[in-house]
Amino acid sequence: MSDFKINTNHLKLLEDEAIFIMREIAAQFEKPALLFSGGKDSIVLVHLARKAFWPAKIPFPLMHIDTGHNFDETIEFRDNLAKEFGCELIVKYVQDSINQGKAIEEKGVNASRNKLQTVTLLDAIEDEKLDCAIGGGRRDEEKARAKERFFSHRDDFGQWDPKNQRPELWNIFNGRKNMGEHFRAFPISNWTELDVWQYIMYEKIKLPSLYYTHKRKVFERDGTWLAWAPFMELKPTETVQNLDVRCRTIGDITCTGVTLSTANTLDEIVAEIAASRITERGGRADDKRSEAAMEDRKKEGYF
Amino acid sequence: MENIKPEIGLLRFTTAGSVDDGKSTLIGRLLYDSKSIFEDQLDNITETSKRKGNDEVDLSLLTDGLRAEREQGITIDVAYRYFSTPNRKFIIADTPGHIQYTRNMVTGASTADVAVILIDARNGVIEQSIRHTFIASLLDMKHIIFCVNKMDLVDFSQARFDEINKEIRELLEKVGAKNIHIIPISAKFGDNVVDKSENLKWFNGSTLLNLLETVRIADDYNSKYARFPVQYVIRPQSDDYHDFRGYAGRLAGGKIFVGDKITVLPSMLTSKIKSIEDFGNERYDAKSGDSITICLEDDIDISRGNMIVPSENLPDLAKEFNVMLCWFNEKPLQIKSKYILRHSTNEVKSILSEVNTKLNINTLEEDTDKKEIKMNDIANVTIKVASPIFIDDYKLNHVSGSIILIDEATNETVAAGMVVK
Ligand SMILES: Nc1nc2c(ncn2[C@@H]2O[C@H](COP(=O)(O)OP(=O)(O)O)[C@@H](O)[C@H]2O)c(=O)[nH]1
Ligand SMILES: [Mg+2]
Repeated sequence: MSDFKINTNHLKLLEDEAIFIMREIAAQFEKPALLFSGGKDSIVLVHLARKAFWPAKIPFPLMHIDTGHNFDETIEFRDNLAKEFGCELIVKYVQDSINQGKAIEEKGVNASRNKLQTVTLLDAIEDEKLDCAIGGGRRDEEKARAKERFFSHRDDFGQWDPKNQRPELWNIFNGRKNMGEHFRAFPISNWTELDVWQYIMYEKIKLPSLYYTHKRKVFERDGTWLAWAPFMELKPTETVQNLDVRCRTIGDITCTGVTLSTANTLDEIVAEIAASRITERGGRADDKRSEAAMEDRKKEGYF
Repeated sequence: MENIKPEIGLLRFTTAGSVDDGKSTLIGRLLYDSKSIFEDQLDNITETSKRKGNDEVDLSLLTDGLRAEREQGITIDVAYRYFSTPNRKFIIADTPGHIQYTRNMVTGASTADVAVILIDARNGVIEQSIRHTFIASLLDMKHIIFCVNKMDLVDFSQARFDEINKEIRELLEKVGAKNIHIIPISAKFGDNVVDKSENLKWFNGSTLLNLLETVRIADDYNSKYARFPVQYVIRPQSDDYHDFRGYAGRLAGGKIFVGDKITVLPSMLTSKIKSIEDFGNERYDAKSGDSITICLEDDIDISRGNMIVPSENLPDLAKEFNVMLCWFNEKPLQIKSKYILRHSTNEVKSILSEVNTKLNINTLEEDTDKKEIKMNDIANVTIKVASPIFIDDYKLNHVSGSIILIDEATNETVAAGMVVK
């Protein structure tokens, strides 16, 4: 156990705020969808949406942009969750965008489909005529995200203009837009990684077992442990080992770092996070590409 | 989430100061000394500092996130930062200081409880300090903390601090603000930020962090002042909840109890609160800030944009009212032109009928040229709305007392206003 005294009084306020945003989204947009990656942030979003509209069902679908490079368990968890809570589920495949020639597969050892998701996502928004995509982005994750609004406007190319964002005052959110434009909405903007974990603990939210310790084939690259999958290319110096790990975020396998850990309960995970000295995105290869990597991807329309 | 006491758990503050007064450095220092900076973030800024030829780690790089900001070394937009201590979680809105970003400061302050205003010990109170203090007071901060920064550059002189202290007190006579605190600090070297300074032994007050951890921000939850803007109507139409009809929203001010007599605006119909729903938990009351769903005894027609209030204390139903308006848009305000007005969850058409006074916010004197209200200007204006809205004075209730204006053609938020009586 940890010797950390952890403050939890603020969780209720963060929850009230997120529920408020969920309801504003449902009221202001005609066809929103909740972007569901199978990761803990999107699982928390689903929980908050259930609370916001209870006893009615969540009034918008969940949408998964599937890179095809998943942990098997993510898909099973996703399908069960949608069934249990009676949510409509839309799945869009990056592979389809590749087949249609709209997205080009990266090559080499660091190849990842993470960036290609943008193409599939923007197509999905157009095909499904969505006017708002709800994401689990948090401002504490990364520098460019620290400037993100709760209601973030996207032009008709799906692009974000960080220097020309709409001011957000008090609790008044302006979701008005022209044809072809859409919004991204981030109900848990003000949460930190630790808040998310504490909330999961307090609310007893079910998570995929990948978040708890398990044996997995992993290898080390640039100081980060990555989960190994058969389609991944290794450098000659890299070796696959079978170690006790847990995931800190769950996304596309090719760029999701894992943590060496034997934490088996939420208590242990919270204690570990509280004591941890690396941000969770520090474990994501996609952000290491350049100092402004996230800002550039977000401008193009990434999550 | 019931047994949690939120009023002490979270503090939102905004920082203000002129360019180079040390806002970004101060925030970096708070994060660093409270051990909220992660190793990889520190590696990243250490490397960037070195590349730029700095010997010491430049803590301001922690907050200046956008490429353009790092290149120009200034803060353009509002950035939000988080840190916590065992006592409180903090949300910081870091806003830029230049005059062309007055609107950003208004934005940052609109969600804050406390404003931290930096003053360079070498310069003392300058024009910008007047503007920042005025905005903090206009937005009704519960506390204003003045940090007299860069004390290291004035040899930690008590005499210099006393001079500035006097300047601040003079300024406050013009502005009028509540709960003022003044602290001498050095953001760069950490004096009085988190740890008590060895160099400023003559100062008896608390450090900045200590103050932030302990200032009182809780509402007094007087049920007379409850306001409940309806966000969304919940009708499950499922077998289990066939007749359920709940009004979802976030209570703004005060407290409500099951059994309270309420009035619905604008219809003026009355009823009683039958139940307060919270994800299957039965509850008998709710207080300011709670996101809840209310069911009423009577079946009355209520939709988004309506407001449920205690029958004993109604807000004003107004077709014409005055606000202190801050103009946000590059296109100047057009008198007599129409804007969409958003007031809590309600939306109406509006006309700006008159500019009553325009302030020169650098001198706090009235501007005689009130013809044109440009970006970053603040003016007292009269607004007419197509159908009456239910307002309170901003100082009484920040939710029912605030509005934004939206340009119908571009959908941009062009102004923010605080209702004044
Ligand atoms: N000597 C000294 N320099 C400081 C102090 N605080 C900030 N600075 C320096 O002042 C400059 C501007 O600081 P910055 O934090 O970027 O100011 P901002 O524009 O208000 O965000 C930087 O070179 C800082 O290192 C201080 O307490 N003492
Ligand atoms: Mg700065």
